[in-house]
Amino acid sequence: MVSTLMYVALSAFLFVIGVLGVTLRKSALMVFMSVELMLNAANLTLVAFANQWKSVDAQIMVFFVITIAAAEVAVGLALLVMIFRRKNTTDIDLMNTLRG
Amino acid sequence: MDLLLFGIPALVAIVGAIAMLLSRNAVHSALYLLLNFAAISVLYLLLQAPFLFATQLIIYAGAIIVLFLFVVMLLGAERDEQTPHANPWQNRGAIVGGVLLLVELALLYVNNPGTIPIAANLDDGFAAPTEIAKALFTTHLLPFEIASFVLLTALIGVVVLHQRRS
Repeated sequence: MVSTLMYVALSAFLFVIGVLGVTLRKSALMVFMSVELMLNAANLTLVAFANQWKSVDAQIMVFFVITIAAAEVAVGLALLVMIFRRKNTTDIDLMNTLRG
Repeated sequence: MDLLLFGIPALVAIVGAIAMLLSRNAVHSALYLLLNFAAISVLYLLLQAPFLFATQLIIYAGAIIVLFLFVVMLLGAERDEQTPHANPWQNRGAIVGGVLLLVELALLYVNNPGTIPIAANLDDGFAAPTEIAKALFTTHLLPFEIASFVLLTALIGVVVLHQRRS
């Protein structure tokens, strides 16, 4: 029998992989993809608990998370293209112009 | 049977995520992420969320991954990771932190197997698309309108960012 806890465990595992992607990879594109993975893991938890408590509200929240993720990706990738035009790289270690 | 239906997409999701993390080529990473999103959408279907299943496939697998692939190919940044991190402790710290998180997760799972009741897999249609629409256009109408403004702002922001300054 599949319990909600198994879905939560799966989503926690995916979240950890996303965290590792953000910290291990150097390309800003890969960091973005890992952030998307983490958002998906959080969404999976919300849907799992929505199924457990038979509530539609958590699914509405997932809908909004997907909407905001779409907006975030559009703006983020536009910024990335601008940075690439200026610096000719997507390496996050080289994006340190604002460093104090 | 239940376990098999959960296990196959879960396994595909995990494999996709790990392959995304380890792949050296950004295009391959984006495609593995697409695999992961598709597997998660199947899990949504198992969790009686057909509307989110369709939304996930259309927006994540359709729009966002295509945008990623488009930008990776436009920039030609498939293999833009030749040198290691400037700070050598970042990789070690990340791996230690990830292992710690996994250990914590395993401990929580082992210690609390009974705290969360088993999901009832009766198909009562509590989240049919009609129910989602009812909630979205009555109770959650204000966030819905705000989301439309957020999308409009993102659209205008992208246009302004890419304006040629003469």
